[in-house]
Amino acid sequence: MKKLLCLALAATMALGLCACGGDTPSSSGDSEGTKPQGAAFKLGGTGPLTGPAAIYGMAAKNGAQIAVDEINAKGGEVQFELRYEDDVHDAEKAVNAYNTLKDWGMQISLGSVTSKPAEATSAENNADRIFALTPSASSEATINGKDNVFQMCFMDPNQGSASAQYIAEKKLGTKIAVIWKNDDVYSKGVHETFLAKAKELNLEIVSDTTFADGNDTDFSVQLADAQSKGADLVFLPMYYQPAALILAQAKNINYAPKWFGVDGMDGILTMEGFDATLAEGVMLLTPFNADASDEKTQAFVKTYQEKFGEVPNQFAADAYDCVYAYHEALTNAKATPDMDAAALCDLMMKEFTSMTFSGLTGTDVTWDSTGAVSKGPKGMVIENGTYVGLD
Amino acid sequence: MTFLTFLISGISLGSIYAIIALGYTMVYGIAKMLNFAHGDVIMVGAYICFYATSRFNLPAVVGVLLAVVVCTILGIIIERLAYKPLRAAPLLAVLITAIGVSYFLQNAALLLWSSSPKVFPPVISNGNLSLFGGQLNIPYITLVTILACIVIMIVLVWFTSKTKMGKAMRACSEDKGAAQLMGINVNGTISLTFAIGSGLAAIAGVLLCSAYPTLVPTTGAMPGIKAFTAAVFGGIGSIPGAMIGGILLGIIEIFTKAYISTQLSDPIVFAVLILVLIVRPAGLLGKQIREKV
Repeated sequence: MKKLLCLALAATMALGLCACGGDTPSSSGDSEGTKPQGAAFKLGGTGPLTGPAAIYGMAAKNGAQIAVDEINAKGGEVQFELRYEDDVHDAEKAVNAYNTLKDWGMQISLGSVTSKPAEATSAENNADRIFALTPSASSEATINGKDNVFQMCFMDPNQGSASAQYIAEKKLGTKIAVIWKNDDVYSKGVHETFLAKAKELNLEIVSDTTFADGNDTDFSVQLADAQSKGADLVFLPMYYQPAALILAQAKNINYAPKWFGVDGMDGILTMEGFDATLAEGVMLLTPFNADASDEKTQAFVKTYQEKFGEVPNQFAADAYDCVYAYHEALTNAKATPDMDAAALCDLMMKEFTSMTFSGLTGTDVTWDSTGAVSKGPKGMVIENGTYVGLD
Repeated sequence: MTFLTFLISGISLGSIYAIIALGYTMVYGIAKMLNFAHGDVIMVGAYICFYATSRFNLPAVVGVLLAVVVCTILGIIIERLAYKPLRAAPLLAVLITAIGVSYFLQNAALLLWSSSPKVFPPVISNGNLSLFGGQLNIPYITLVTILACIVIMIVLVWFTSKTKMGKAMRACSEDKGAAQLMGINVNGTISLTFAIGSGLAAIAGVLLCSAYPTLVPTTGAMPGIKAFTAAVFGGIGSIPGAMIGGILLGIIEIFTKAYISTQLSDPIVFAVLILVLIVRPAGLLGKQIREKV
């Protein structure tokens, strides 16, 4: 009797699982995107949907979902079916997530959201000949030597040198301090090229200090070093959580240099409970600004807020642009959803190196054959709790 | 003067490690288990205080008390559900369960409070005590942390050595079976230990986030590990040992950053730990137990 019951239970469970698998394209369950009409391109991506970096993964997933919904609602030849898998910002899990997507039949890929996992999945993309356009994995290694992996965001080195260039051109500081995170490829990449470019431009770096995971709460030493050496500008190539702590601790020791950040700083104002006066005067280079007054950005910000209750950050905008870039490229190439991944890969490599795309994160965006993007960074400064264009 | 500034930051960071380490050491000393979920109870405490003060606009004192009450109850529930059924199980099973509880708390926090970081509102006014004509600035929060740490340690030492319940705890720590024969309620005593440890975790959480105000679901994880290290360093099971271990660890960490290298601070901290354990395997103030062969 007991055995029978067990069998019955197992059977019900198996049925339940089948039903789940058949109905929802997304394993994460919470994306109830519009169903494409007829055949659609299977578009897959991995990102941290849980864990400490989830804010980036969720933003990218949500941004991409909005673009897919818009495109599918409009109808037309090119339709998408989007699926995001969780990689918890971990290279090994990202490869598993990638394999899940491959089994699902992914034809084109959004790569991974963050750099560490992207370096692992992009190698797979390259070996499997599945084209990838990553919204936000900005490290050099993500695209290096992989002819079919493209980026929508700036590459880290470009951010570093663009920042140094900007500081030198605008004469923002004479003595510069850099605080960076040495276990993070993003921070390290920006830091290295910043130093190289700064040397070239004769910017004086007086202090160069680091921190790492688990050591990212107390910055008294780094700040004291910058302060005692008389740095009047501190460059912070990092994400915004440690930056928020640095700003608060600098205020505590009455140190008020100019602050200069990179795109990871975007989001600092949306932190709940953040005292915006701390960020007053912080400058950063970022490709996307949620307060921009153009129609496209405002429509996107409005939809995003309605659907997800937050102001979208740069990751969401990058992912949104990725989907539209795909839409444009696939339309131009007259690709059809019955083509296999390798054929699409060849078409996309041709399209992306020849097309010019305009989206939320830049106008007249082009790609070179290495997969690096070329678009102008926008200088922003935080004034009275909002971003204001510097130029 | 920079030396003094660094010393004070070191003591400030160290006292937070020390308060967390006190919770670890209490539970280890009495229940003989490493409660790896301790760091995550800290995070829960910080979130409770955050929501009480910034969402419901309650005064900071109420927020802290609420955090202590919630964490105490949480500690008792965790003990009852996760650890009590394993009282007779091998220590390794309990250890793995503790890691499981830690992950459970982190992910529950992710679901409940989302991964976006929150900035913790200071429970103490954000000012400095200026000495020597402004050359030396000590944030008030540092003073409060150090004071809290000393008070908690003294109260705990008094509690375990003078009160009836405290004596029961020490008896359980010596020999559970014998304690039970003497009429001590062993299960109740262990629950009480968890309750006290978790209440301390709430205070540690509030102080940690007041000093370093970014709050995410993994906030407690790394300080938890460091505090565990501090507890081992000072001699796990010893209350003054946890305090000394915590403060020393904080000072070594800051001094290494300041005078040797910002890149190498963690390796050097752990190298010191290894050296101490080679010379004194039971930690600085740990009891040297002779194994009978």
